[in-house]
Amino acid sequence: MESLTNRKKVLEQKPMNFIERLYLPAIVKGMAITFKHMFKKKETIHYPEKTREFSINYRGMHSLKRDEQGRERCTACGLCALSCPAEAISMIAAERKEDEMHLYREEKYAAVYEINMLRCIFCGLCEEACPKEAIYLDGNIVPADYLRRNFIYGKDKLVEPTLT
Amino acid sequence: METAFIIEKFILVTAVFAISLLIAMYSTYAERKVAAFLQDRVGPNRAGPFGLLQPLADGAKMFFKEEIIPAQASKILFIVGPSLAMLTACMGSAVIPWGQDLEIAGKKISLQVTDINVGLLYIFGVVSLGVFGVMIGGWASNNKYSLMGAIRAASQNISYEIAMGLSIIALLMVTGTLSMKEIAAQQSGFHWNIFYQPLGFLIFLICAFAETNRTPFDLPECETELIGGYHTEYSSMKLGFYLFAEYINMFVSSAVMATLYFGGYNFPFMNDLGFSANVITIIGTVGLFIKIICFIFFFMWVRWTIPRFRYDQLMNLGWKVLIPLAIANIVLTGVVLSLT
Repeated sequence: MESLTNRKKVLEQKPMNFIERLYLPAIVKGMAITFKHMFKKKETIHYPEKTREFSINYRGMHSLKRDEQGRERCTACGLCALSCPAEAISMIAAERKEDEMHLYREEKYAAVYEINMLRCIFCGLCEEACPKEAIYLDGNIVPADYLRRNFIYGKDKLVEPTLT
Repeated sequence: METAFIIEKFILVTAVFAISLLIAMYSTYAERKVAAFLQDRVGPNRAGPFGLLQPLADGAKMFFKEEIIPAQASKILFIVGPSLAMLTACMGSAVIPWGQDLEIAGKKISLQVTDINVGLLYIFGVVSLGVFGVMIGGWASNNKYSLMGAIRAASQNISYEIAMGLSIIALLMVTGTLSMKEIAAQQSGFHWNIFYQPLGFLIFLICAFAETNRTPFDLPECETELIGGYHTEYSSMKLGFYLFAEYINMFVSSAVMATLYFGGYNFPFMNDLGFSANVITIIGTVGLFIKIICFIFFFMWVRWTIPRFRYDQLMNLGWKVLIPLAIANIVLTGVVLSLT
């Protein structure tokens, strides 16, 4: 049947002639190719000294953002948890007290905010769902650990450090 | 006189032994570096500057590994195997002339451990003993994979030894002697045997690859089929001995090839330079080592280029191609010799 793409190539298997059956020309050719690679640029990145550059839209560990006055932006609406396809996010909301005005921007805030990094697939849907621009996946690679329970990251690891 | 002779030979033997161990040690490092460079990587570079202490680290690692002898293995033979492999690997270097005679205080000092008049046969004997180390080790392990590796090693070495011997016969017809010293001396200047025996050298080279169990003929330790081949059950320094013996074999066969076909310690225009005999000798020895290192590099270069042969291809090449070719080479050499 005629192929639609016109990219099909039919390879003809010819019996090898004498020179080809000697194999030596082919071996010399192959060795020339490998020798050329001696002088090529090395692909290795010397890891602990140098790290690989991430692309600009790389999605790493989450961080909970603060506003210009250093108050937590999250209002514990739960949209991130709802949008999460992996069910990695959970939180407990609390009401802001009078003397906590400098800590939280909205009247409601997340008293507990946990992301299970073993469940998270780093899709970035929480980032898109957030109406308060409070969560971004702009961190580094999530480090390895020995225990499963250490992968449940609370606010201590997620909230941005204050500027001052 | 007698004690002086013994001391002289003792120093020479120790030096040759130490140098061959040192070169084998750094061959392991060079192997990894060459492999890395051919694959656009950087290779070991953490232990010391440029990773130069890597062989020491590897050796220390081997010593500290747990020593495991399988319960059903034949204990004595299990230990004899790697020892024999190491022993035969080290023995080969005894008849290689490392240079011309040095003259110190009017006394001639030969840079060859011993000049027996059947030096070439001695090397062949030692090389064919080498297979026993692999065979005994593989058989004593009481493991199917090891046994398969041992059988392969035995059949491969036996088939390629024939072609190797036949390629040497043509060389003997040209040189007329079996003594390594005389063969080296005959190639003075640029009269290297490679120009008289190119086909013989090619056959010898291929057989040398097979005899040292190097890729593309490393079927005895073929990882994809046999796990580790004959050394599957080995651990710790016994495994180290097997791996190390391979590198010493590589060094010795490089030295043999350099001596037989590439002039040994001879280099072009050596008699026209006007230096004293001792200087020429030292330059010649350095030249021989450069040739050897080139050959070792070639061994590695081939390893990281050419894929492994299939078992039937290996036997086809050995019996159906190399042996007839070697015989044709003998006939050709005889015809040319009788005409000139």
